[in-house]
Amino acid sequence: MNITIKYFGQIAEVTKQTNETISFPNHLVSELIEHLYVKYPELKNKSFKIAQNQELVSNSTKLTGGDIALLPPFAGG
Amino acid sequence: MKEHKHKNVFKQGAIPSEFIGESIAKHQTKTSIGAHNIFLGQVRADVIDGKTITAIEYTAYEDMANAKFHDIRETAFEKFNLTCMHIYHSLGTVKAGEICLFVFVSSPRRKEVFKALEYIVERIKADVPVFGKEIFEDDTHQWKVNN
Repeated sequence: MNITIKYFGQIAEVTKQTNETISFPNHLVSELIEHLYVKYPELKNKSFKIAQNQELVSNSTKLTGGDIALLPPFAGG
Repeated sequence: MKEHKHKNVFKQGAIPSEFIGESIAKHQTKTSIGAHNIFLGQVRADVIDGKTITAIEYTAYEDMANAKFHDIRETAFEKFNLTCMHIYHSLGTVKAGEICLFVFVSSPRRKEVFKALEYIVERIKADVPVFGKEIFEDDTHQWKVNN
């Protein structure tokens, strides 16, 4: 299935783009992150949370095909 | 779709003091209100390793952020006796000394607005996906982290 991944703030600095769509099997969030670590090794040094369909999820959440977002530390206000 | 049903909290650039003043004036017709409380977040010119921050450039995961603001608003109305509530957050560049967050709560009585305002601001800091690039005077930058 195709998954759109959105990158923000310092994460987008590492990936050098704000979003991309990749083809990925419907496995777990952790497997997608492992895939991204290979593609963007510098991500391993970054702290981020993961959202699927705008809700925070854990590594053990199953991918649904909904939008994934990598969210660096929040800085509102 | 989920992302279209929420009010847009974001404003491009700094929040002008005139806008804040007009917001207050608009409430003069709502005469059940006996107490307003306002929080204004202002960009601080922190000095880090001898370099001064001149501005913060805000970005956000806007759809998710507006959904979170909506949830914060709903929860605050459930928890506190509020007549109305307004939240505005900047996107883009806000210079040191300018306002980047405006939260305005109103109630018949004062005790509710003190509690509500703190609750809302703390939740915005913790739960809303807004990101801040702190720009130094020499055009280098670092990323702001709420604590």
